[in-house]
Amino acid sequence: MSHVTDPTAAPTAEGPLLSVRGVDVGYRTGRRKQVTAVRDVSFDLYPGQSMALVGESGCGKTTLGLGLLRLLPRTGVVSAGEVLFRRKDGRLVDVRTLAREDLRRFRWNEAAMVFQGAMNAFNPVLRVRDHFLDTFRAHEGGRRSRARILERSAELLRMVRLDPARVLDGFPHELSGGMRQRTLIALALALEPQLLILDEPTTALDILTQRSIVERLAELREELRFAMVFITHDLGLAAELADRVGTMYAGRMIETGTTRDIFHRARHPYTSALINSVPPVTGDLRVPESLPGGPPSVGALPPGCSFAPRCARAVDRCESTRPTLDVLRSRPEGMSHAAACLRSHELFSEGVTRD
Amino acid sequence: MIDRTVPASPRPGHAHAPGTGAGDAVLSLRGVHQVFSTPRGDVPAVAGVDLDVRPGKVLCLVGESGCGKTTSARMAAGLADPVHGSVFFRGRDVAAMDRREKGRFRRSVQYIHQDPYASLNPVRTVYSTVSAGLRRHGLVKDRREARRAAAELLERVDLTPAEEHLDKYPHQMSGGQRQRVAVARALAMNPEVIIADESTSMLDVSIRVSLLNTLGRLRDELGVGFLFITHDLAVAKYFAWEGEIAVMYLGRVVEHGPTSRVINDPRHPYTEALIDAVCEPDPDLARNRERIRLRGADIPDLTDLPPGCDFHPRCPLYEQGDCDTVRPPLVPGHDRLLACHVVNRG
Repeated sequence: MSHVTDPTAAPTAEGPLLSVRGVDVGYRTGRRKQVTAVRDVSFDLYPGQSMALVGESGCGKTTLGLGLLRLLPRTGVVSAGEVLFRRKDGRLVDVRTLAREDLRRFRWNEAAMVFQGAMNAFNPVLRVRDHFLDTFRAHEGGRRSRARILERSAELLRMVRLDPARVLDGFPHELSGGMRQRTLIALALALEPQLLILDEPTTALDILTQRSIVERLAELREELRFAMVFITHDLGLAAELADRVGTMYAGRMIETGTTRDIFHRARHPYTSALINSVPPVTGDLRVPESLPGGPPSVGALPPGCSFAPRCARAVDRCESTRPTLDVLRSRPEGMSHAAACLRSHELFSEGVTRD
Repeated sequence: MIDRTVPASPRPGHAHAPGTGAGDAVLSLRGVHQVFSTPRGDVPAVAGVDLDVRPGKVLCLVGESGCGKTTSARMAAGLADPVHGSVFFRGRDVAAMDRREKGRFRRSVQYIHQDPYASLNPVRTVYSTVSAGLRRHGLVKDRREARRAAAELLERVDLTPAEEHLDKYPHQMSGGQRQRVAVARALAMNPEVIIADESTSMLDVSIRVSLLNTLGRLRDELGVGFLFITHDLAVAKYFAWEGEIAVMYLGRVVEHGPTSRVINDPRHPYTEALIDAVCEPDPDLARNRERIRLRGADIPDLTDLPPGCDFHPRCPLYEQGDCDTVRPPLVPGHDRLLACHVVNRG
């Protein structure tokens, strides 16, 4: 990808915050056996950007998200590539090579994660207050007194529109789903990370609760200027919260571009199929397209394009040649539009667009 | 819009007239209430709901969690008895049915659950699950016939080739395939009504549409009536476009009318807020939209409901007076039923 520096973009002129280079993530499945769940993923995330990772379940979105912070379960490992991160002090580190203590400082101070399923992310026998105390002590190394930590916790909770007096002394099960999710976001922001990774942040929440969280997240991002990677299967959420979108399929990034690229001029048939399978609420009835079948097992990928067996536009060569992620329209700061489809140019001239 | 008076006797097939006798409805709920006793006090989960399911039509129930959608559906399926009010199946009160009639009712009203990972027995093959009802009721003579019937059912829900799936166990199938097995099992009894409780919410978007299309075919070709529960308004709109939608809030229906009218021109401030809150897959639309601001984000506790309209603590249209003293009744307007003082006043 070509890097054109834009002189007007002063705060980001120093380069990307996170630079993912050819990352593979594998899971051990037995003695000397391994499946590669994420393959050769590369992207640059600049400070303050918000990127959505979309795709069906089993496409490797969560695995990639966990891999970026080395939070994979014991059987998982980032087996190739580099995850370069620019820390607050300006040093560039490869997250893959961070030593234990350093990794602990890195997490939460530099990059924090908001997990899917807010209940499971809390310890059910600890009060919310203790979660905050633990977080500050573990990742900050005891610089703050208890009183100062609680003061800061209350401030964080107010930031997500919760009443600290009510929440801090409660147990996680006493909070509603939306309150738990907001508490989790407050907790993730505790040490002012530069990057927030959110895994399905609003799935399983009611629609009005989802709306209030989406709006608060957008406002907080304006205020605190953190970058976001969020994993979602809800394309509406991606359209609303993201500056750019990456579509994943069978462990690979198959299309990436600005939110408008993806939603108005998608060049990969899988991305268009995903978008067209969501019926819109406003306006007249539009019959959504169905996309039968499911992604292939990452242990048995077809030889050519992984999507070819389900693709309505596949031709013979799609079954033998694996497409590379080619840049269709080059832009600075990782905002280029790229798609991994042998026919992306033809599809473009056929005018498969929505605008 | 032409304002016309509400007809005294609604025509059969005309969508929105609960409270007027069973008519052509197969399954009707009349003033049903459900109260759960908890240590914190009684929880009125459903407080007086009237609904009708008609053959070949969809009635969609939408609302946030805890609004009584599932409880209403369970009463409709005979899985729970209402504390007040009645459920009618083909004009007969279910509570007054004898064993035989009840058996027929249970066969004719089938329930599809939300989670296909929990609703299928993991130690049974697909054949065994799908044909269990047929064998139990002696509708098939022998194993060969049962297999053939099961295969036909699988084909009907697009699990083809059926022979390949018959001997699989649930763990060998994807979520979408499992949900199809659950649908096939429901179809085995030739139901007149299918109650689908968030049956597509666990599935990926891509699979959701094809399952909805399968269900749509059953509705159009076999004339199955649907009570379709969802919190996803886009799904409700697509599946119930020619049917009706009933919006529930804290155990009561607040707006009920033809889907196209309710979705495109919501009148109740709660329905309006729900539709407004949907994230649309269109970045330009999403950013340039003026959002409705609710007065409060949290749903009141069912054990401690506010006086007056249940929605008034959150309602953007709130006016002092009736809103916080009198509960608005669900009254018929020119094209729908609506429970709101402010909107009904005009």
